Amino acid sequence: MSLAPLDAATLYGLMGAILVGLGLHGVVILSGFLRRLLAFNLLGGGVFILFGVIARRGAGAGFSGDPVPQALVITGIVVAFCATALAITLIEWLAEDDGDDASGGGS
Amino acid sequence: MIALVLDGGIALLTIGIAAWTIRAADDFAAVVGFVAYGLILTLAWTRLGAYDVALTEAAIGGGATGVILMRAGARVKPAPVARPSKRARILVGALSAAVAAGLSAIVLLPPQPAPSLALEVRQHLASTGLGNPIGGVLMAYRAADTFLETVVVLLALFGVWSLGRDAHWGGRAGPAPRPGEGGALPLFARVLVPAGIVIGIYIVWVGADAPGGKFQGATILAAMAILAGMAGRYPPGRSSLSASALPAFRSPAPSSPIRPASRSR
Amino acid sequence: MSVLLGLFSAVSIVAGIVFFVAGTVGLLRFPDALTRLHALTKADNLGLGLIVLGLLPYSGSLGAALKLVVIWALVQFAGATVAQMIGALAAGEHPPFRGRRRR
Repeated sequence: MSLAPLDAATLYGLMGAILVGLGLHGVVILSGFLRRLLAFNLLGGGVFILFGVIARRGAGAGFSGDPVPQALVITGIVVAFCATALAITLIEWLAEDDGDDASGGGS
Repeated sequence: MIALVLDGGIALLTIGIAAWTIRAADDFAAVVGFVAYGLILTLAWTRLGAYDVALTEAAIGGGATGVILMRAGARVKPAPVARPSKRARILVGALSAAVAAGLSAIVLLPPQPAPSLALEVRQHLASTGLGNPIGGVLMAYRAADTFLETVVVLLALFGVWSLGRDAHWGGRAGPAPRPGEGGALPLFARVLVPAGIVIGIYIVWVGADAPGGKFQGATILAAMAILAGMAGRYPPGRSSLSASALPAFRSPAPSSPIRPASRSR
Repeated sequence: MSVLLGLFSAVSIVAGIVFFVAGTVGLLRFPDALTRLHALTKADNLGLGLIVLGLLPYSGSLGAALKLVVIWALVQFAGATVAQMIGALAAGEHPPFRGRRRR
C-alpha cells in the first residue's frame, strides 16, 4: 500500500477522521442530552465526509465522483435528520418527566 | 496549489467550528455553531465534487436539523453541567484520538486502485432515462434503499406524532398579527412562499439531469410551509405539522444573546 | 478582453471580501445587538452583491447569470426581514410585527 497523494480528497479525509474523533469525544463527555445529540450529529457529518472521500477517489467514467457512495450519503443525511427529530421528541418527553430538565444524569 | 490552501482552510475551519460547538457555553450557542458547521460542510462537499450531497447537507443537515434543534433548545431547560473527572476526560480523549488516528490511517493508505462503481453506473445510465447519475442510483439501481428511506421518514413521523406533547400541537407559534396588519414577516411570507414553491418544484424536476433531487426540493417546500405558518398566512390545523415544527419563535431561547433594551441600557 | 474581464472579476470579488471582513469585524466589536445588525446587513449585502458581480462574467450563460442575481436578491430579502425582526425584538417591542411601531 502506498501513501495517498496530497490532494483535496486526502485533506478532507483527515478532516473527516478528526470530526469523528471530536464527535465521539463530545458524545461521551458532554452532559445533557441535547449537547450529546449535537455531538452525535457532528460525528455523523464526519462519517459522511469519509464516504465522500471514497466517492471522490472513485471518480471515473466522466463523473466527478463515484455516484453510489454519494447516494448512500444522501440517504444517510435524511435518515440522520429523522433520527434527530425522534431523539428530540424523546428528549422533550424526558424533560417533561424530569421537570423540564434534560440533564439525563450527566455523564 | 491555491486550491490546496483553500481546502486546508475549509478543513481547519470545520474542525474549529466543531470543537467550538462541543465546548460552547450554552445550548443556543451550540445550536448556532452546529448550523454554521452544516453550512461549512456544504463547502467541503462542493470541493469534493458532490453537488447533490452539498444541496442535501445545506437543506437538511444545516437547515432543517438546525431548526428543530433550536426549537428543542428553547423548550428544554439547559442541563446542569456535570464535569467528569480528569481521569475520565483523559481516557475518553485517548479513545477519540485513537479512533481518529485509525480512520486517518485508512485515509492515508488507500487501496490501489481505488474501488469504484462509476463505470457500471455509466454503462446502464442511458437505460434508466436519467442524466443525473445520483438520481439513477437513488431511483433505479438502489430504489429499494430509497423506498425504505421513505419508510424511515414515515416511522419518524409516527414517532413524533405519538410521543410529542399535546400542548405542542395546533395553535400558532409567535404572536398573531392582527388581520390586515403589515410587518416584516407577513410581507416576507407573501412574497417568498410562491417563489419558494416554484423553486422547490424546479429542484425536484431538474434532479433528473442536473444536481437536485426530491429530498432537496421537498425540504424547500417544507420550509415554505413552515414560513407560511409562522407568518399566519394559513390557520394551523388541529394536527398541523407546521405549527409544531416551527422554530422557537414563540419564546426566545433561554440563553438568547438578544437582550431587551430595558436590560442592556 | 478576457484579461480585462478577469481583472474586473478579481477586483470585484476582493472588494466583496473586504466588505464581508468589515461586517464581521463590526459583528465582533460593536457593543449591542442593534449596531451589530446594522454592520451585518449593510456590509454583507453589499459584499455579496460585489461577489455576484464579479462572478457574472464567468457564469457561462444568461440563465446562470440571472440565477446568481436572483440568489443575491433573495439573500437581501431574507436578510432584511430577519434584521427587522431581530431589531424589533432587541429594541424592546413585543411582538415585533403587531400594529404600528411606537415612535
